[in-house]
Amino acid sequence: MTALGESQLLTPSADRGRSRARGLHRAKLVEKLAFAGLWLAAAVTVLPVLLILAIMTAKGARALTWTFLSSVQEGIFPAVVGTVLLVGLTTVIAAPLGVMAAIYLSEYARPGPAVRLIRLAIVNLAGVPSVVYGLFGLALFVTLLHFGRSLLAGACTLALLVLPLVISASEEALRQVPRGLREGSLALGATRLQTVRKIVLPNALPGILTGLILAIGRAAGETAPILFTAAFYALSSPFPKSLLSPVLALPYQIYVMATEVPNVPPEHKWGAALVLVLVVLGLNLVAIVLRTRMRAKRRW
Amino acid sequence: MLSIRPSRRKRRPLERVVEALIRVAGFLAVVFVLAILVFLLRDALPILKTIGLGAMLSGARWSPTADPPKFGLLPLILGSLYVTAGAMVVGAPLGLACAVFISEVAPPRAREVLKPLVELLAAVPSVVYGFLGLLLLGPWLAKVFGLPLGQFGALGSLVLAFMAVPTIVSVSEDALSAVPRAYRENSLALGATRWQTISRVVVPAARSGIIAAMLLGLGRAIGETMTVLMVTGNAPVIPQGLVGFLKPLRTMTATIAAEMGETAYYTPHYHALFMIGLILFLIALAVNVISDFAMRRIPGVRA
Amino acid sequence: MERPRPILRPEGPIVVETVGLNVHYGSFHALREVSAAFAANHITALIGPSGCGKSTYLRCFNRMNDLIEGARVSGQVLLEGEDVNTPETDVVELRRRVGMVFQAPNPFPMSIFDNIAYGPRLQGVREHSRLEEIVERSLRAAALWDEVKDKLRQTAIALSGGQQQRMCIARALAVEPEILLMDEPCSALDPTATFHIEELMLELKQRYTIIIVTHNMYQASRVSDYTGFFLLGELIEYDRTEKIFEGPADPRTDDYIRGRFG
Repeated sequence: MTALGESQLLTPSADRGRSRARGLHRAKLVEKLAFAGLWLAAAVTVLPVLLILAIMTAKGARALTWTFLSSVQEGIFPAVVGTVLLVGLTTVIAAPLGVMAAIYLSEYARPGPAVRLIRLAIVNLAGVPSVVYGLFGLALFVTLLHFGRSLLAGACTLALLVLPLVISASEEALRQVPRGLREGSLALGATRLQTVRKIVLPNALPGILTGLILAIGRAAGETAPILFTAAFYALSSPFPKSLLSPVLALPYQIYVMATEVPNVPPEHKWGAALVLVLVVLGLNLVAIVLRTRMRAKRRW
Repeated sequence: MLSIRPSRRKRRPLERVVEALIRVAGFLAVVFVLAILVFLLRDALPILKTIGLGAMLSGARWSPTADPPKFGLLPLILGSLYVTAGAMVVGAPLGLACAVFISEVAPPRAREVLKPLVELLAAVPSVVYGFLGLLLLGPWLAKVFGLPLGQFGALGSLVLAFMAVPTIVSVSEDALSAVPRAYRENSLALGATRWQTISRVVVPAARSGIIAAMLLGLGRAIGETMTVLMVTGNAPVIPQGLVGFLKPLRTMTATIAAEMGETAYYTPHYHALFMIGLILFLIALAVNVISDFAMRRIPGVRA
Repeated sequence: MERPRPILRPEGPIVVETVGLNVHYGSFHALREVSAAFAANHITALIGPSGCGKSTYLRCFNRMNDLIEGARVSGQVLLEGEDVNTPETDVVELRRRVGMVFQAPNPFPMSIFDNIAYGPRLQGVREHSRLEEIVERSLRAAALWDEVKDKLRQTAIALSGGQQQRMCIARALAVEPEILLMDEPCSALDPTATFHIEELMLELKQRYTIIIVTHNMYQASRVSDYTGFFLLGELIEYDRTEKIFEGPADPRTDDYIRGRFG
């Protein structure tokens, strides 16, 4: 062991107290400033949400009349119908695929290079720019599969876009189901699939639904993927006749009204945008509240 | 008779089918990533018969409907770089500060309000951001700063910053929360103030996650379409110097969105737009693979 | 409520003492009316079965319980006669005077040098020569210098467990505290490393007042001058170490040191 005897070892120097106090005072001051900066940053970050809601309500609320919502000629009814159809079909396609993929990841797959690859693919799929999804939809669904610019092609494209979201949310929900429940079921002689169907899925359902709500919100607001796969802007045929007809969609209509059609009354533009914001943020809020509730329940 | 020998599986053909489907579904994500790549390649590569890749990347004019058409991507690439760099200059510090605040400083009540609000910020559709930028923020900024036009690069950067912030916040916050509590305790026990602990121990320990967060935020910004299409003025010119931020410019994403709708299929113009899409896809791929790699390096805990 | 029993007051100057200290975690009463005084330049060991409150007690001296949500501390902690358990107390300054070594060695993910220099840098020491001097002194004091002097720039995470713990001690010493709190500092270490730390403590007590929590009674009897025995949040007995281990006054202490429970 090293000798400690050497005299001055760690003895406080004469002016230590004073310089310490000065250093501490400074550190405290820096801390105050830094924390003030952090508070400010947080406020600046969330300010836009509140501003957006306030401004849009102020400018668009007047337009929100029954006629505006329900009229074909004077309102946004066809666009609302189009968006509902698109989003509905998207969910019908994405939900089973996403949930099945999540079941594979959570219940069947063993950790290894294959799962690594799948996870990397999911991350990448989530990161592909939405307009690139549009290109892919155009190349595959619109031209190669001859869906044309249609409800079906748009929904397939949007389904692909929300797929990573559905998989991730569903997998998280499935993983929250306690292991004991699975083991209990298997111990009673159930097969793996029976256990998934009767025990795991029902318990994970609220979480999966929350994920689907988020996916619906995402699909409802996307514009770029449907630009050249589904959307059009014409009042001649306001409602799609089949899966292979093009559709009006609310986000696309907002884009067109804001950029290409000069003589739309301003309150119509603001009204349409307000409707979209309320629908999308409303869906997200519902999902957030559901999730918070589920977490609170799980804790007990 | 009860016997454990005969495999249950053989007696349940339906179950086998469903399980096979589940396995196939599991790999769908991989299939789709590959499919996107294949289709982008298929429709992008034919442009190389018209113009070489080098000439395309370094070409200074994008004018696909001129005669002869010009497919120079430089203005679009630089446009994307400008807008994205501007967005990160604003969004990166803001997002990191917000994440540090939520993870380390905020009282629980403030945290409960902030986190959902940040999520909502991410949820606002990009067309709505574009709408507000175009109709409200742009004209207002133009008036305040005496700009001739209410659509310019910096406006795109500003709006994109707020669209990238939620990604930066949520990924950074995860990284900060993963820092072992013992680091904080040790630092405080050594007489560090909370801020010294945050700035010298917690943030450095979370740095790979924070880098990943920045990359993902950057990916979000560079791939964003509708907003930049609506607010940056759509002029495919090469931006010059810092003044370039105050002038209209055009990004790669906006070019696809603006032109693909009116382009005849399988023309050089169509293939050129797919080439832009391919480049965007590859950038996104690189960003995600690198950030995924960075995130795997969890803060240095003992083996 | 029981009356606090008369507690020994060590001879010589008292550096720190507690008077009627209570800690609640939510509705759990973790520490009951603990009063004790600690002599300068001595080692005091706190022993008792797990969950008896000894670590909770230790964390009162540098107010680490502040970090635990729902923890309430009442009573006095007198550091050189001044109560530090008040809202006005500057906890940062307190923690600079009262150092702590934790149960598991926890090097920051940075170089050995930066780990040791962390505390001095916090206090505004900038000159590299001065930092080098402090780092060397602290590492020597922690009996680690010879083992690491050639790899100061390497990451501290690569050190062995025992080395990491001595580095954490050096890191605490670099802040120049007056008191060193050690919370089961050897529980994660092998016997050789434990031996090193114990040797080190005996040397350090020439300069510091050391309070150590340990579940290892042999360790307590080997290194400490005074020993306090905790049970269910109470300080049952506090006396010279020989007294505690050779003829404790309280039958519960006797039961514990004879291994009858805990």
